[in-house]
Amino acid sequence: MGRYVARRLLQMIPVFIGTTLLIFLMVYTLPGDPVRGLFGDKGADPATLAAMRHQLGLDQPILVQYWEYMKGIVLHFDFGTQIASGRPVTDVLGDAFPVTLRLAGMAFVIEIVLGLGLGMAAGLRAGRLTDNVVLVLTLLIISIPVFVLGFIVKSVFAFELGWIAPNVSNDATWGELVAPAIVLGSLSLAYVARLTRTTMAENLRSDYMRTAVAKGLPRRRIVGVHLMRNSLIPVITFLGTDLGALMGGAVVTEGLFNVKGIGGTIFESIVRREGTTLVGLVTVLVLVYLFMSLLVDLLYAVLDPRIRYA
Amino acid sequence: MTTIDKTAEVPSARSGDDHVGPLLEVRDLHVEFHTRDGVAKAVNGVNYSVNAGETLAVLGESGSGKSVTAQAVMGILDMPPGRIPQGEIFFRGQDMLKMSYEERRSIRGQKIAMIFQDALSSLNPVLTVGYQLGEMFRVHQGLSKKEARAKAIGLMDQVKIPAAAARVSDYPHQFSGGMRQRIMIAMALALEPDLIIADEPTTALDVTVQAQVMDLLAELQREYNMGLILITHDLGVVADVADKIAVMYAGRIVETSPVHEIYKRPAHPYTKGLLESIPRLDQKGQELFAIKGLPPNLLNVPSGCAFNPRCVMAQDICRTDIPPLRPVTERDGTDLVGRGSACHFWKETIHG
Repeated sequence: MGRYVARRLLQMIPVFIGTTLLIFLMVYTLPGDPVRGLFGDKGADPATLAAMRHQLGLDQPILVQYWEYMKGIVLHFDFGTQIASGRPVTDVLGDAFPVTLRLAGMAFVIEIVLGLGLGMAAGLRAGRLTDNVVLVLTLLIISIPVFVLGFIVKSVFAFELGWIAPNVSNDATWGELVAPAIVLGSLSLAYVARLTRTTMAENLRSDYMRTAVAKGLPRRRIVGVHLMRNSLIPVITFLGTDLGALMGGAVVTEGLFNVKGIGGTIFESIVRREGTTLVGLVTVLVLVYLFMSLLVDLLYAVLDPRIRYA
Repeated sequence: MTTIDKTAEVPSARSGDDHVGPLLEVRDLHVEFHTRDGVAKAVNGVNYSVNAGETLAVLGESGSGKSVTAQAVMGILDMPPGRIPQGEIFFRGQDMLKMSYEERRSIRGQKIAMIFQDALSSLNPVLTVGYQLGEMFRVHQGLSKKEARAKAIGLMDQVKIPAAAARVSDYPHQFSGGMRQRIMIAMALALEPDLIIADEPTTALDVTVQAQVMDLLAELQREYNMGLILITHDLGVVADVADKIAVMYAGRIVETSPVHEIYKRPAHPYTKGLLESIPRLDQKGQELFAIKGLPPNLLNVPSGCAFNPRCVMAQDICRTDIPPLRPVTERDGTDLVGRGSACHFWKETIHG
């Protein structure tokens, strides 16, 4: 087990280098210039621009820039400085991350409670009315793109009914985040429901379920212990990777509801050609994702005793 | 149709209730499955009975309805698609088909237990064997986790699993096939039931382990004076342990007999065919007999005797009339106790 974790951690190094380098190169090829952008429409004299570029290290070859940047991260935990505001990227992250964490957490809870609930209801009554209703409902959710769903929620509940504010304030309180969290969690919710339904319906027919009935166990125990313990294995793996995706993948939802989270900041950085900010944020997301997938793999071995890592 | 009569002298039921008569009695049981292609009649009027301490072997090829009958007795048929349109299953004189779900549940595991064929898939893969064994005590007797674990170790000792205390926290996949089947047996034995139904308990095992498992089962049965229904298609297994035999074909019992007589003088062409298809050392070099054709399609059972398309003795009457299970007698008309055959030509088969 220890060796497996060590190997996985070592594998993260090339993945980490590869993703950051790719992002660095992609940002470099984007048209536009962050320094020129600082001056807006007024423009500035070439000498000033050149001096600023030199100060920021932007006049050096891209690979040298990348090298310096990585050195900063590894040696000083320095993710660079946001060019527009002059704030360290770690500060920007520190502001945005709690908001995203809260949003992702809420979406995650909604996803688990509703997704598992619907999936269990459908799986235990496979082929009957409940199952078909859940099927139609989840297919509907899966087929609607997030931005359309977001707009519908916003226009119905904010503009027509006036139940929620159309935009989330800078405090991003729990109450304000309910609507964006529902929009964010809906797609995964549908997937969780489908996955739960399928594994439960499949395991219901398995031999050990027949044994559990033959043992004279109460129905509560047959479903709660014997069926769920087996059916939840794939669902939990999906949930694990999904938590990573929820934290980084909220660009559209955060943009729609004006949430100042990681997704919103990423979007802003792309618009402003803020290479260092973007790379910093994405680096953090890559790390989150890598650790989540490691956690899921380890969890998998805990849940299913037939899987052992050596 | 007649039920199988008592053939072995057995001690009276060990749990002291005043019920007289067989432990389990199945009367005119019908089971059908409603599928997309039509109604499959899996069991068509089966009668049998088992006494305490007695072993009934139910013999037949795949699809003959032997497992379905057992599942109906156990109450673990999938309903729907399964349905029991007709019949009674008496356990200690009470019809189980008329009981509520909870009443039946309290019988399952406690009074009637079942051993399944494939122990690997029949044991829950993500729970330790100790947990699965202990569950019986925790649910039915309300023991604590710790007590249940101790009982589980005791059970594993009893079915001769080496180092039981060390292995109680292992998972099913960590055991060998024979050991897994022992765990299944231990689980069925846990609450010392009155009746055990063993559905092909040795099919998934290799021959030496088969013998060990059968010996163990027979030994424990004697020790607890349990009734045993042994479902199998292996004639070799039956000869050693069974008291009486019921041969099934297409959902009906076609022949019943005390165990040793059937090997000497089968009274039904199907049983005869089965016995002749066993390889024998003294007939080395000769071609082995095989029953021609395939088992009948249960959606469309042949009219008359279901065996007629494959039978070497079939006449016109076999294609029109369903033969009832009739008592079999000696040539001079004296009763052969416990013997019955559902063949129009049983006389020719047994005496000819």
